[in-house]
Amino acid sequence: MGTETEYGISVKNAREQDPVAASTLVVNAYKSCRGDLPSATTAVTWDYEQESPLMDARGFQADVETPITEADTSSAVNDILVNGGRYYVDHAHPEYCTPECTNPRDLLLYEKAGELILEVSRLAAERLLLDNQEIIIYKNNTDYKGHSYGAHENYLMSRKVPFETIVDGLIPFLVTRIIITGGGKVGAENTTDPADYQISQRADFFEQEVGLSTMVNRPLINTRDEPHADDKLYRRLHVIVGDSNMSEFSIYLKVGMTAIVLQLIEKGVVEDRFRLQDPVAAIKQVSRDLSCKNQIELEDGKFQTPIEIQRAYLELAQQHLTPEERTPVVEDVLEKWKYVLDNLEIDPRRLGQHLDWIIKKKLLDAYRRRHGYQWDDSHLQMLDLQYHDIRPDKGLYIRLLKNGHVKRLLSHEEIVHAMHYPPVDTRAYFRGTCLRKFPKHIYSASWNSMIFVSKSGGLDKIMMDRPHFGTQQIVGKLLNNCTAEELVKEIRNDTSK
Amino acid sequence: MSTEKQQEHLDRQVDETEEIQPNVEHGEIDEEFVEDLDALLDEIDEILEEDSQEFVENYIQRGGQ
Repeated sequence: MGTETEYGISVKNAREQDPVAASTLVVNAYKSCRGDLPSATTAVTWDYEQESPLMDARGFQADVETPITEADTSSAVNDILVNGGRYYVDHAHPEYCTPECTNPRDLLLYEKAGELILEVSRLAAERLLLDNQEIIIYKNNTDYKGHSYGAHENYLMSRKVPFETIVDGLIPFLVTRIIITGGGKVGAENTTDPADYQISQRADFFEQEVGLSTMVNRPLINTRDEPHADDKLYRRLHVIVGDSNMSEFSIYLKVGMTAIVLQLIEKGVVEDRFRLQDPVAAIKQVSRDLSCKNQIELEDGKFQTPIEIQRAYLELAQQHLTPEERTPVVEDVLEKWKYVLDNLEIDPRRLGQHLDWIIKKKLLDAYRRRHGYQWDDSHLQMLDLQYHDIRPDKGLYIRLLKNGHVKRLLSHEEIVHAMHYPPVDTRAYFRGTCLRKFPKHIYSASWNSMIFVSKSGGLDKIMMDRPHFGTQQIVGKLLNNCTAEELVKEIRNDTSK
Repeated sequence: MSTEKQQEHLDRQVDETEEIQPNVEHGEIDEEFVEDLDALLDEIDEILEEDSQEFVENYIQRGGQ
């Protein structure tokens, strides 16, 4: 599993806004400030109050001073990170993709590492601008004027499950999971019903149940089927309906619960029992129901609340996951899933340290009360936006985190480590480790391939069609003890056997 | 108060007002937060972007995925 996050970007005091140029500046700045590559990779805790020593050393003369790394040798690889992830400009937004992870805790860790990567690049890029200009980056999904940008999740699934089965089983889950995964939003947009405050940032933008598009007329289930792996065995389920989350609790549960539900669908135990009468309308209704207790209509004429539907999925998981499938992380997800449903049932306010939409609502309510603002006051939209600001001195979520007002699941040290090192139990290990160890020998890389340059200047392509291969367990020893040439030779010999 | 009654009590609170009242008793809700609320609101006053109206009006993105 993995996530892709598109960030909102703006340059304060710019004569005119050019988001493509700003995004390019930010992404390229990371390359030039990566003094961490390829050797000085020990976990440095970034002190944001001061300038980073690494960046001081390199400044923007980096082009001249930096040793040749993968970033400089080929434009085709320069958006692949040593943590196995990908960082690039998508349309008019900087986008970060996590490396492939096997479990929700790792995925949370690598998504959070992405926020730090964006912040490091932002700081580096800002130095190229005029003194009065600031680059502001938001990890959110909307400009409140009808323009949305996504936070996508990807899950590897067995090709054997028919797509219709996935659609039937998943849509009711996706529509109702927003009570846990919503980012919270002041107002409504995209010609939907008005709202003072709603649970989801993205709900207003979904207009059909199933489809291929991701930018207009967005579907609840996206049919893009590009597994970046052996397509006879796997499909990649591309979930585009989620919100960007700041809260670690929300991210962890979002990907953890969804992976479990997909496992249940693979087992054939969900079927179509929760099919909704009108899912596209329902997600907007659920998003506007801050009590989470208003019923929505199912296709069979029954009515259930979002909490009840979520609880039904949770119960299926408790019934049908085998002891082997109930790994400690899965067990933890089930426990936290139950915890949030129980508390939502009693009073959503009890989750004011856990879930983004409730944390944000708590701030908004207190701030409204202090100043007597109406819901349409621009200060509240500003507060909403600034909740997602990735700057540690300005971002409201980050301020809450630093002051101990929201739940932490990760330590800052491990997030910094994840900027520089890949997960050990997927092919991202091979990708990230090769990039770190052999930067001059790699011509290009993608999710499922790496191309090495041989001594004679020829190219050797290594395919990685099995996401569960290339792990530390399988290739760790080999990678530790060989040169790039030996590695390619070894793999060639191995595959020709 | 029995657990059941407590639950009813809390349910009623939700019905009565969806707004988060920091000075209303509601069980385990983070009392610490309430204590620090003033400090936090001061901080928000301090760091919220100036000219919020102009700022939010000018914040325009191109649609992404």
